[in-house]
Amino acid sequence: MMQISARQLDKTTILDVSGDIDLARSPEFRKAVLRELRELRTPRVVLNLTAVRYIDSSGVASLVEALKASRDLGSRLILFGLSSGVREVLQLSKLIRVFEITDTEEQAVAP
Amino acid sequence: MSQGSLLLKMELPSNPETLCVVRDALGKLAETLGFPETECRAVVLAVDEALTNIIRHAYQGKTERPIEASFRRIQVARDGARKPALEIVLEDRGIRVHAEKLCGRDLEDIRSGGLGLHFMRKSMDAVEFRRKWGRNQLRMVKLLDKVDPPKGS
Repeated sequence: MMQISARQLDKTTILDVSGDIDLARSPEFRKAVLRELRELRTPRVVLNLTAVRYIDSSGVASLVEALKASRDLGSRLILFGLSSGVREVLQLSKLIRVFEITDTEEQAVAP
Repeated sequence: MSQGSLLLKMELPSNPETLCVVRDALGKLAETLGFPETECRAVVLAVDEALTNIIRHAYQGKTERPIEASFRRIQVARDGARKPALEIVLEDRGIRVHAEKLCGRDLEDIRSGGLGLHFMRKSMDAVEFRRKWGRNQLRMVKLLDKVDPPKGS
């Protein structure tokens, strides 16, 4: 199962994601992230992936779509708290370099 | 093909909700066989992506079609020797799927989609597609030669 909750911090929204992002859950994940970017026009969207133990290609595709949306809108998409499993999948996709990734929430929300 | 010691057999519907169940079971199986943690995650990723492809492409999103998964310990010839390996065979009765249509992707192109087959090939030592008796059959092999003895042995 996967859960997403949002926290506001000035002009930043932090989405706390937990569970697995797979074929069953990636549509919900994609919708939540794109809503922040496209509908709410949040200048900085931070994804807290600390409690995500697994992500598959559909989840990576959702991240790529969100990254493209953020670039189109001039906003920032930042990931932090990557587990070993999530990091390995992003490395395997060779897309890890294109994402803005920090180790901590403090770094992700820093001015 | 598919000779060797049967470790686990599953029959599941083509429902994305079952994927987490398969991942959990396969993760435990790989761990029991002695795969290191990273290799356990690689095997789980490959099977999850293969099942995702079956659901999306062979069954075109239909959620009640049958998928059979079998997991065997086999011996494979490698570098002039017989080496132990985990063999995974997935079968479905969906439309014929051509591997080339699963889009082994150009990784220089930042785009969504087409990653599943790339993950499978990077995670496993062999990935083979075939059509047999009206079924799609996917066989994947992961060598066990670099792992510690199974727990409890």
